[in-house]
Amino acid sequence: MLLIPCPYCGERAEIEFSYGGEAHIARPTEPDKLSDAEWAKYVYWRANTKGVFAERWMHAQGCRRWFNVIRDTVSYQILASYEAGTQPPAVERKTYV
Amino acid sequence: MTQRYSLFSLIRNAFSYHENWQKAWRQPEPKAEYDAIIVGGGGHGLATAYYLAKEHKMTNIAVIERGWLGGGNTGRNTTIVRSNYLWDQSALLYEHALKLWEGLSQELNYNVMFSQRGVMNLAHNQHDLRELSRRINANRLNGIDSELLTAQQVKDFCPAIDLRGNGRYPVLGASLQRRGGTARHDAVAWGYARGADALGVDIIQNCPVEGFEIEGGRVTGVRTARGLIKAKKVGLVAAGHSTVLATLAGFQLPLISLPLQALVSEPVKPCVPCVVMSNAVHAYISQSDKGELVIGAGVDHYIGYGQRGSIHVQEETLAAICELFPMFRRMRMLRNWGGIVDVCPDASPIISKTPVEGMFINCGWGTGGFKATPGSGNVFAHTIATGEPHPLNAAFTLDRFVSGFLIDEHGAAAVAH
Repeated sequence: MLLIPCPYCGERAEIEFSYGGEAHIARPTEPDKLSDAEWAKYVYWRANTKGVFAERWMHAQGCRRWFNVIRDTVSYQILASYEAGTQPPAVERKTYV
Repeated sequence: MTQRYSLFSLIRNAFSYHENWQKAWRQPEPKAEYDAIIVGGGGHGLATAYYLAKEHKMTNIAVIERGWLGGGNTGRNTTIVRSNYLWDQSALLYEHALKLWEGLSQELNYNVMFSQRGVMNLAHNQHDLRELSRRINANRLNGIDSELLTAQQVKDFCPAIDLRGNGRYPVLGASLQRRGGTARHDAVAWGYARGADALGVDIIQNCPVEGFEIEGGRVTGVRTARGLIKAKKVGLVAAGHSTVLATLAGFQLPLISLPLQALVSEPVKPCVPCVVMSNAVHAYISQSDKGELVIGAGVDHYIGYGQRGSIHVQEETLAAICELFPMFRRMRMLRNWGGIVDVCPDASPIISKTPVEGMFINCGWGTGGFKATPGSGNVFAHTIATGEPHPLNAAFTLDRFVSGFLIDEHGAAAVAH
């Protein structure tokens, strides 16, 4: 089980959180001008990185706030957590093949 | 010439203490060039190679695998085979696979231990019951055997289930597909490997892919740890690592890779005569021929490539199993493991051309690819050989995420995700 550092409440067990997938996906600013392919990209296409990955979590059984975590998806090591809407801190961007 | 397995060959080899059996497949060095390369030596990849060689006469082909054959999800699933999917496209695809399963041991001359012991899907509330009835009706319209059982019929079919009604998960009924069942997962990979090898396919293990040679939007070769291998056609069948390969080839896929867990117990005498699945409480159980209870748990809901899962996921599944089968409360679990499943947004696979000319992909089987192994290989071989999809996989394209023609099988996929 992961021990996830909520930026507001501190480290808590994984079962208190719900997952929100890839972080930093910007909502289209002019949705009426998007083509079908651009919509598909926004709705379905995800990075699915094998390596260091920025993702969203929500502390569902705590403060109920969304935040971002940088985690290695192979070792499951959590490298950083930071508030939603802020820029990710600099960490070593490792990827595996 | 590959030896045929038979009672006589068994007796003949007994005289030499079984020391002279031929190797089931060769260990060839990779050639400089093939007509086609399949990346991924699991059940789906090996089946693809087998049908390419057998039905499309493409024998100058290779399967390359980073580890050992069937070491990924082929060796990590709970071996359940069924075809009771809701929508026409998936029902026909999975039924195609089930029909191939029914003759597979004879076809491959290899015992895949396919046992049509029946698959039950339980309903725990009125909504489940209505959903199951809808699925049963849809199945019957597609010519797939499927029937609705009352609670008493469930008890008769699988007496170990607790029906006293005091439980947390009351059983109101179930759907039953009698032609469904289980098969021996390793044997499927080995049988296809042996069959493909006999037709001249080179199976190259311990050969990870490091990149692709792409010239003017066309694939020309695969860079591997054992050098460059040229090929005009490349089929990617890498399950949880599909997006990693796609990234190497320069395109993206709408997949996420999640760890899915399973467990087996200590072996006991026969007590579960069928496969019991419960989508709502997320537990499914069957008994292997060795006597172990094979239990499928859920997915971890975050992206992970670790081939292991969280303990609380097992805990929830085992709690549900103990609730449904109180007699298993003191069973001990011997092993647990995880496999990396590639989940599509609509829980249906992608068997399609890709943005790279000459490159094809078979992925997105998510939590239920094993049952489709023969059918998936069969239609994917057709897609690679002719360059166009087989009628059965024409709907399972990458384009469907743009056109919006999704095949939403979350309800029939058994593992909630």
